Amino acid sequence: MLRIPCPYCGLRDEPEFTFGGPAHVARPPLTADDATWTDYLFGRDNPAGAHFERWSHAYGCGQWFNMVRNTLTHEIVAVYAMGEPKPTLSSS
Amino acid sequence: MRYSVWTLLGNAITGQQNWPAAWREGTLRRRYDVIVIGGGGHGLATAYYLAKNHGLRSIAVLERGWIGGGNSGRNTQVVRSNYFCSASSAFYDQSLKLYEELGRELNFNVMLSQRGLVWLAHSEHELEVSRRWCNAIRMNGVDSEMLTPEQIKHVVPPINLRGRLPIAGGFLQRRAGICRHDAVVWGYARAASALGVDIVQNCEVLGFDIVHGRVCGVRTSQGPVQADKIVMNVAGYSSHLARLAGLRLPITTMALQAMVTEPVKPVLDIVVVSASVHAYVSQSDRGEIVIGAGADAYNSYAQRGGLPQLRATIQAVLELFPSFSRLKLMRQWAGRVDVTPDTSPIMGLTPVDGLFVNCGWGTGGYKAIPAGGTTMAHTIATGRPHPLIAGFGLDRFRTGALINEDAAAGVAH
Repeated sequence: MLRIPCPYCGLRDEPEFTFGGPAHVARPPLTADDATWTDYLFGRDNPAGAHFERWSHAYGCGQWFNMVRNTLTHEIVAVYAMGEPKPTLSSS
Repeated sequence: MRYSVWTLLGNAITGQQNWPAAWREGTLRRRYDVIVIGGGGHGLATAYYLAKNHGLRSIAVLERGWIGGGNSGRNTQVVRSNYFCSASSAFYDQSLKLYEELGRELNFNVMLSQRGLVWLAHSEHELEVSRRWCNAIRMNGVDSEMLTPEQIKHVVPPINLRGRLPIAGGFLQRRAGICRHDAVVWGYARAASALGVDIVQNCEVLGFDIVHGRVCGVRTSQGPVQADKIVMNVAGYSSHLARLAGLRLPITTMALQAMVTEPVKPVLDIVVVSASVHAYVSQSDRGEIVIGAGADAYNSYAQRGGLPQLRATIQAVLELFPSFSRLKLMRQWAGRVDVTPDTSPIMGLTPVDGLFVNCGWGTGGYKAIPAGGTTMAHTIATGRPHPLIAGFGLDRFRTGALINEDAAAGVAH
């Protein structure tokens, strides 16, 4: 069970949240070639380690936010608002 | 050594103490014709068919841990071919046909039990989808038949037809069933080893040697090894391994969990699947009730499942089988599954010459092991995709010809 610190409501249990996939995925311009679009639509970093991802507190305040979570340990490293730049991580 | 009733009797006289090792632990040489990365079912089957069907003799299987220690030893052992899309149907039915002959092929008892598989529908709407699905399966030439709730009760006596998850009907594939997964891994390892394949455990691939867009070897924890053809079969670690070769795959690694109860007397002689509540249920030969859950929603390499998914699965299973509520859960575990956007696997060539990929099996790669092995062996030996897997190449994400197979696991990802 993840215990997720919602930036608006505080620490809550995993079932209150919805996972929104990777964060900071930039949409390419419409003029981009097929390879760029393929990578944007389907390519995934899928790291074994720090993962930048989006979550929604669906059964709480309903707000979206970004989170850095370690996919090997499930440790939540950082929580920050949508639109903020990627935080710099001390270790990895 | 060929296993037979005579070897059984002979070893009975000496108290079963003198069986030779089933397969030979390989020592890593510096050069091979083909390197297979990943010693799970798909990797070992690919190595075996490369040796048997294509006459290659210089093959290594490199396994980071121990063979069958990943998803091949963590699945719920279900084999079936009730797929919707024609490309999937042809492939998975070929796989089931190979499973039907596998014990003889490998001279190893894989304990295939074609006990049938019932796919449940819990509402009129699900029943409509099931009818369409069942008809598509039949049109593809695979056995499938609709069942009424009463017919389901007849083949699944402990099921509760009128609980919170009422049974509106379902469909049955009689040729589906379960097959001992460790035996499949060891059967392929033994048969491949007998044909000269070097199976090297505790050997992690750390990098690729790629010259002018062509792969020529790997760097491993046991030193460098050269080969002109290399295939990756590493499931949940596919993104990581492919990145070492400069590739970015459309894969998300998630945790998929399963569990077994304490063993009880025979109560369920068929596999029951409820797709809408994420549950696969069967009874093993030892008597344990084996339950497969849906994948956790988020990226995970942790090989442990989340509690919310576990709870949801158990709640649903107890709703379907109230009599199981007194059973103790003995073990629960999870595998790292490699899920693609269209839930179909990725098999075939990559943009790097000589480097092949077999991944993206997500929650359902076990049933595909024999066909995955034969078709990938063909693809590697000839350099062209086998016709059965031509549609499953990495390139489909660029062309848009996706094979959107919700039936891959039958559960939402």
